[in-house]
Amino acid sequence: MSKAQGNAAIGRTRRRRGERAVRATVGEIFFVFLSIGATSIGGGLVAYLRRGLVGRKRWLSDPEFVRMLSMCQALPGLNGTNMAILMGDKLRGVRGAAAAIVGICLPGALIMMATAVIYAHRGDRAIVTVLLSSVAAAATGITFFVAADLGRKSLSGIGDIVLVTLTVALVNLFHFSVLAALFLAGAIAIWWRRPRPAAARLSAK
Amino acid sequence: MKQLPALVAVFGYLSLLTVGGGMAAFPEMKILTVEVHHWLTFPQLIHFYSVGQLSPGPNMMMVAAIGEWVAGPAGALAVVIAFFLPTALLTFAVGRAWSRLEQWPWRLSVQRGLAPVSIGLLLAGSITMAKGAMHGWLNGGIALVVFALLMTTRTNPALLILCSVAIGVVRYLGR
Repeated sequence: MSKAQGNAAIGRTRRRRGERAVRATVGEIFFVFLSIGATSIGGGLVAYLRRGLVGRKRWLSDPEFVRMLSMCQALPGLNGTNMAILMGDKLRGVRGAAAAIVGICLPGALIMMATAVIYAHRGDRAIVTVLLSSVAAAATGITFFVAADLGRKSLSGIGDIVLVTLTVALVNLFHFSVLAALFLAGAIAIWWRRPRPAAARLSAK
Repeated sequence: MKQLPALVAVFGYLSLLTVGGGMAAFPEMKILTVEVHHWLTFPQLIHFYSVGQLSPGPNMMMVAAIGEWVAGPAGALAVVIAFFLPTALLTFAVGRAWSRLEQWPWRLSVQRGLAPVSIGLLLAGSITMAKGAMHGWLNGGIALVVFALLMTTRTNPALLILCSVAIGVVRYLGR
């Protein structure tokens, strides 16, 4: 399929879903994601993205944002960077995607590099150790919240709880590698949620 | 410099484990960076992760700190590219194919099946983190209060981190 045909096909799909054709320059994409990457302090990157992409820039409608996010959550990679890739590609193809991911990553990467340099010189001081011990405790509370918050939004029924427990047990109790746990629990989970017989026969053809 | 290939291999592998969020890769990150390669100690890894919570952008950007710590700016660049490029390419490809994938009967099975598994991985990562960060009752208390506040109110997590810094100062002065 040629590029023009491909674009026409994408255009048809978008019109069918009622999406608007939005365009932006590569520079604009870079600066929007750079500003999100520089201001999204304290986790909750998704909320910052929604405010920027749906609210301020109007590059996405709310249902489009939710649809993109659910795609990001099923894929490996961080939600923020995955969203940057999808949004950048939608606006400006490969170059848009590259501009978006570099923009969102750059501020944090520079700050964390500086952190490592400072830590190498001052990290063994007593005050640093005591401070970071408290910060680590708060950070632990945050990571448990992220898992629990996602859980209360997307888990339903006893089967899901069993799968969560199985995954945790494989990693923390039986010391499976994360990769092995992902494949084992993932295979069981996907099979358990397999398409119902009518749909399965269709897919087998 | 001779650590660069190992850094790229480790973080390229870890990037593929971040299903649901960066924390999913944390147990494996601890094993590979602390126990296998001895690049840093477990407390140091936890310190980097904690500072990462105060930094803007994707929270797992703390991998840049590990790269810088092990092999300087070249190490940071190598680690960031290794950690973000593979999943970026995958997302790009899947994004392009998504309108066709949406018709695929197993697509919903994969999405619904992976939801509890990815939450399990995030929880497993949090438990690994807790094992290294929970020294004493005060730390346990801080973690519990932070968790409860976030679950019940719309507090900005960065504010809670700053409060924990304040507690740390009081703790240091009161030693």
